[in-house]
Amino acid sequence: MASLDRVKVLVLGDSGVGKSSLVHLLCQNQVLGNPSWTVGCSVDVRVHDYKEGTPEEKTYYIELWDVGGSVGSASSVKSTRAVFYNSVNGIILVHDLTNKKSSQNLYRWSLEALNRDLVPTGILVTNGDYDREQFADNQIPLLVIGTKLDQIHETKRHEVLTRTAFLAEDFNAEEINLDCTNPRYLAAGSSNAVKLSRFFDKVIEKRYFLREGNQIPGFPDRKRFGGGTLKSLHYD
Amino acid sequence: MSFLIDSSIMITSQILFFGFGWLFFMRQLFKDYEVRQYVVQVIFSVTFAFSCTMFELIIFEILKVLNSSSRYFHWKMNLCVILLILVFMVPFYIGYFIVSNIRLLHKQRLLFSCLLWLTFMYFFWKLGDPFPILSPKHGILSIEQLISRVGVIGVTLMALLSGFGAVNCPYTYMSYFLRNVTDADILALERRLLQTMDMIISKKKRMAMTRRTMFQKGEVHNKPSGFWGMIKSVTTSAPGSENLTLIQQEVDALEELSRQLFLETADLYATKVQGKETKERIEYSKTFKGKYFNFLGYFFSIYCVWKIFMATINIVFDRVGKTDPVTRGIEITVNYLGIQFDVKFWSQHISFILVGIIIVTSIRGLLITLTKFFYAISSSKSSNVIVLLLAQIMGMYFVSSVLLIRMSMPLEYRTIITEVLGELQFNFYHRWFDVIFLVSALSSILFLYLAHKQAPEKHMAP
Repeated sequence: MASLDRVKVLVLGDSGVGKSSLVHLLCQNQVLGNPSWTVGCSVDVRVHDYKEGTPEEKTYYIELWDVGGSVGSASSVKSTRAVFYNSVNGIILVHDLTNKKSSQNLYRWSLEALNRDLVPTGILVTNGDYDREQFADNQIPLLVIGTKLDQIHETKRHEVLTRTAFLAEDFNAEEINLDCTNPRYLAAGSSNAVKLSRFFDKVIEKRYFLREGNQIPGFPDRKRFGGGTLKSLHYD
Repeated sequence: MSFLIDSSIMITSQILFFGFGWLFFMRQLFKDYEVRQYVVQVIFSVTFAFSCTMFELIIFEILKVLNSSSRYFHWKMNLCVILLILVFMVPFYIGYFIVSNIRLLHKQRLLFSCLLWLTFMYFFWKLGDPFPILSPKHGILSIEQLISRVGVIGVTLMALLSGFGAVNCPYTYMSYFLRNVTDADILALERRLLQTMDMIISKKKRMAMTRRTMFQKGEVHNKPSGFWGMIKSVTTSAPGSENLTLIQQEVDALEELSRQLFLETADLYATKVQGKETKERIEYSKTFKGKYFNFLGYFFSIYCVWKIFMATINIVFDRVGKTDPVTRGIEITVNYLGIQFDVKFWSQHISFILVGIIIVTSIRGLLITLTKFFYAISSSKSSNVIVLLLAQIMGMYFVSSVLLIRMSMPLEYRTIITEVLGELQFNFYHRWFDVIFLVSALSSILFLYLAHKQAPEKHMAP
């Protein structure tokens, strides 16, 4: 069964936002009982049905690489982390809804991971400035996930969700907001599960089906997927 | 009238220090985190402000600024406030934030933090027993009791840090030339790391597929949790889940290995960066500015070695320095070199400069060390507790600096400290500092030797 094709997806974010809990939930459909600090990188595998329900359905392995650490780490730690950023097919950016800094740090995280691919030499280049142009022609699909939704009070929810909607727009990505200790947010059929499935499908498509035409001329792919949806602020 | 002017000067300077502490907290310490509890920031800045005020008062003492009685009043007041903060407020808040992190005790936070604080007070009190620091004529709740204990803790900390710093400074300076890490070494280690990750992934793929087939067949795999779950799992177990636990154990071992490899790679990168800095430093030292910093590096290394030597001499020959370096220096110049100058005038200015340098470098050194420490060990959950611990350490460090700085000042300036702090056995503190300094230096030497031997040789090409 190990002969299925695979794609590699990075899970990035500040320490303590809940990446390990999220990955555990995505791969084992169970809540992580005792989260502990991640050293280095921890990997987990999810079995995903591409184009589920259609005749072209095919099963793939999705490797979720949960890279630990913080954006302010020493350059030696960053260089070591860079070894995990090779040949990445998709990136999930995780931030904590109760912590604004973690959302702001996502820009730095994405630059760290994406710059690694643009520069083929061994030197890690980080200019630290966020540049929208870089994300405009970025080929790697992104997904923004906000955690600890249960800790946001009802009254503040609207404000927080508006902010995260802007964040996801900056990355040209879909966004999901959930609570990693409650599996019902990703229950089959919910809008979150649909978005997740669509994201994984996009990753697989980019990796295996758009090989021939790598440079997509004219309007980029994501307009078809992300531009048309209404950013709904109601979550079931 | 003059008292009012003096007080307003003091208060202005305190507000300035508070602002500086606030900025330092926001810009340096907490630049990657979000400040949710402003109490923490306030406490840190207040501790910093009052500690700096103490140093300011020493400087004023030397320069004879302000009225002597108002100086004395401010000393006393400052001391009381600092002790209040260090013994009552900060430990209480540390306990409170620790308890807040534990979900179970969330409801009765206040109760448990009071309990923690009482435990702290008990051990704090017991600390004073084995040390001959006080004459028994002092009451229970006097300032001297508190100061003596705070002094012991602070002096221990100072000596530990100084000892480690004294050994680390020449070591890092020399080790730039000793360890040579090439790119090939790093690449080899990275390859091993990626191979380990691949092995973990293939095992996890098997597990995921097994789980999926089990789910489709209708067997639900529940991880045994809790006491009854463990008992149940002993009697009933599906064959699929047994397989899973076996693979899980293999995966755990591999994950431990991957963590090890990650840390070793990071260490190699750090050494490589140091090596590059050394090469740059050698180039840079050809310039004039470079020679100047090079010289400073040599000077501090020799100074550190000399300090260790002096500490040993002090302990072996059982002597505590009687005169301060300023007076001794002046005596030497007057008696041996025959240069005549106005002793009183110069001793005041020189001791001001010397004490000023000591204060500034110790504050700067402490803040840098604290920042590095904070970055290394804090996470978003524990950042509040760690910052408060650092504030506690900082306060105790500064209080004991005042104790020890007394030795560097000429006699006429020592009186104010002796008056304010009461009759403490100052000699004891110096002896204690020397002992701990020596112990710390020796253990750092041992530790660095072991670390140096063990780490890189494994991965470097022979």
